[in-house]
Amino acid sequence: MVHWTAEEKQLITSVWSKVNVQLPGVCSAAPWTEKPFFASFGNLSSPTAIVGNPKVRAHGRKVLTSFGEAIKNLDNIKATYAKLSELHCEKLHVDPENFRLLGDILIIVLASHFARDFTPACQFAWQKLVSVVAHALARKYH
Amino acid sequence: MVLSANDKTNVKNVFAKISGHAEDYGAETLERMFTTYPPTKTYFPHFDLHHGSAQIKAHGKKVAGALIEAVNHIDDIAGALSKLSDLHAQKLRVDPVNFKLLGQCFLVVVAIHHPSVLTPEVHASLDKFLCAVGNVLTAKYR
Repeated sequence: MVHWTAEEKQLITSVWSKVNVQLPGVCSAAPWTEKPFFASFGNLSSPTAIVGNPKVRAHGRKVLTSFGEAIKNLDNIKATYAKLSELHCEKLHVDPENFRLLGDILIIVLASHFARDFTPACQFAWQKLVSVVAHALARKYH
Repeated sequence: MVLSANDKTNVKNVFAKISGHAEDYGAETLERMFTTYPPTKTYFPHFDLHHGSAQIKAHGKKVAGALIEAVNHIDDIAGALSKLSDLHAQKLRVDPVNFKLLGQCFLVVVAIHHPSVLTPEVHASLDKFLCAVGNVLTAKYR
């Protein structure tokens, strides 16, 4: 079980309470992630197309909503992601490395929105969170 | 890692924007790397790693200088960083995973101070550039 200090929890939840972002950055920074998994999304041919694509936005919201669930259940992230882990393995066939990529890019997006408020301590807490989420999503792979 | 003409333009534009602050950003990048990824501190047992340390400032300046050198010779990064590549292979022996961590922290710093510069497209170019630098620095390891 992951141990979170009170400060880490506070840094995570206080950033999250102000989050209302989309995730257009992901597919542009790591284009090899898009083809197999988002083939049904339509136009992903350029950063502008990606940002404007409603399916991307919808999926971005899904991913962020699930992060929200993790943050509400910081002491039990493994259970929170158990079903999603099975889904990503058995149906979606996503290489878990992609969860780490997504986590890193989410950090960059947060940094650009929160600027100096995204302190080094904040970055540490969020890096820990995205690693734990990536690990939990990969846990049921077989 | 092949940098397209667009990538090179994007990277040069970023560095033109940050040119007055490169040394500070180098120091901040290191500080964030040490805070977010504690194992990276193992390479600096001889450093004072407190916030604002003169050693971090000096080393940040070196790192920033090397990145600028690479940008100024973006058509031949391997040539420009050849001596640094030798140094990392023969003396420093920094494990290759750590260059990604430094790169991630540099992206975070750019995102914090120049959020509007870091569009998804520019983010991708800068990430490619940082990967290319990391590849050059570890090219002679074995």
